[in-house]
Amino acid sequence: MEYVSIIFGEVYKILFLLVPVLVSVAMIVWLDRRVWAFVQKRQGPNVVGPFGLLQSLADALKYIFKEIIIPSSSNKVIFILAPIVTMTLALVAWAVIPFSQTQVIADINVGILYLFAVSSLGVYGIIMGGWASNSKYPFLGAIRSAAQMVSYEVSIGIIIINVLLCVGSLNLSDIVLAQQNLWFVIPLFPMFVIFFISALAETNRPPFDLPEAEAELVAGYQTEYSGMMYAMFWLGEYANILLMCALGSILFLGGWLSPIELYPFNLIPGALWLAFKILFLFILFALVKAIVPRYRYDQLMRLGWKVFLPLSLIWVVLTASYLFYFNLLPTN
Amino acid sequence: MAHAIFFYVFSTIAIISAIMVTASKNTVHSVFFLILDFISVSCLFIMIGAEFLGMIMLIVYVGAVAVLFLFVVMMLNVAQQKNQWFLSSQSSRHIPIGLIIGTIIFFELIIVIGGWKYKPELFEKANSTSSFEGISNTHSLGQILYTDFIHIFQISGMVLLVAMIGAIVLTFRQREGVKKQSYIKQISRERSEGVEVLEVQSNKGVKIDD
Repeated sequence: MEYVSIIFGEVYKILFLLVPVLVSVAMIVWLDRRVWAFVQKRQGPNVVGPFGLLQSLADALKYIFKEIIIPSSSNKVIFILAPIVTMTLALVAWAVIPFSQTQVIADINVGILYLFAVSSLGVYGIIMGGWASNSKYPFLGAIRSAAQMVSYEVSIGIIIINVLLCVGSLNLSDIVLAQQNLWFVIPLFPMFVIFFISALAETNRPPFDLPEAEAELVAGYQTEYSGMMYAMFWLGEYANILLMCALGSILFLGGWLSPIELYPFNLIPGALWLAFKILFLFILFALVKAIVPRYRYDQLMRLGWKVFLPLSLIWVVLTASYLFYFNLLPTN
Repeated sequence: MAHAIFFYVFSTIAIISAIMVTASKNTVHSVFFLILDFISVSCLFIMIGAEFLGMIMLIVYVGAVAVLFLFVVMMLNVAQQKNQWFLSSQSSRHIPIGLIIGTIIFFELIIVIGGWKYKPELFEKANSTSSFEGISNTHSLGQILYTDFIHIFQISGMVLLVAMIGAIVLTFRQREGVKKQSYIKQISRERSEGVEVLEVQSNKGVKIDD
């Protein structure tokens, strides 16, 4: 009986997190298209519902009622598994995101490693989809995407080390609480910029959307997918983008903390501050999509390995020596 | 009880997928089973309280090593070669070697586990250093690595560095006649170098680019 109540309590908490996440994924797809349109002096989706807010809902309905086509020469089990893996991994990572000091599903010791591990598993959905389709464009897209994600993970990992040096804990709540006096975006500003660009590459966003570059590869690994399976890839991708924005706001922008500890700002709950920060980062993502042209593949690899990796390594040495010299290393 | 249930679930998945790695006909499926094996082993690590090791296992093995395995298997079309291995009569050459290595590993494991059980004093040093009370797994790992085992840790780092350099030296080749983009050259180009005004006589043409 005890176990039943525990399970129901946890399921209730998980639903309370996942439903808002999925709704905000739908909203964010709409926002992405709107921002993109405004930069190009267009209107964007503005017909369904007020300001076109229900556009994503209409799209989702359309995808649900479309036929799912499974290519006859594909590897059927892996073909079906691929979008499921993408979607699951994108959602499972939200378990450790702290929305306030108490509002977190799993407050584990190695939260940041968990997030990093789950985001590095995300590449499997894409490789599986690309390989199982048994077709040239998806396979090329999958290879590109795997190389790209593995390269940029390295620099993200080293940037995380930078933050961890200043915190002294792998727990996400501790990372946020360490920023009470000063958000890490100020002392580690170059790392924030590199993190932002690496996050763009990690989530296959423009200008690094080579895995699905429509000019060369039709739609990359998604070419053979249709109906709800395509929609799941799409939802997983946007959930991953949201996750990267959340990770960025926790590592650098102080998570749930309000920018000023003064009277009117204190009233706003922490979860709302985190949502604002995620939204801010996402609007930056959308603006980058609208204003930057796509990279060439060798330029992308050069940026990851020859620019970001050495820069972030040098910054690790700098941070460590600064903290050591001024005796600021966290002890606990 | 819940702990036992989870342990048996994860260990069953680990053993079955380990068997399937060798048994499945399709090589790509083998790699996917290997990934499943890694994941369930990291779950087991987390269950005994070694959460740092479990996560590192996920990041390093599943997130990087297995991706490279998949790459190789998908690109080289190993699937066909493996089928030929199974079917052809020459396949028996590989089986004795595999069996010998298997038995050696089996006996090594028996020696280690038996020693652990019946000669615990041999393992005392490792036990005494790892029993930190009241600090997290990650902290105690770091304290052991950077105090007692610092030299071994540094040497293994050097070995890895040498291996990395060796791999780069083996695969690096200087190709002739490849046009490379140099950003500095592109930026520092002047108008006087790039543009030239030529008098072109009619019916003669002009030769550029030499």
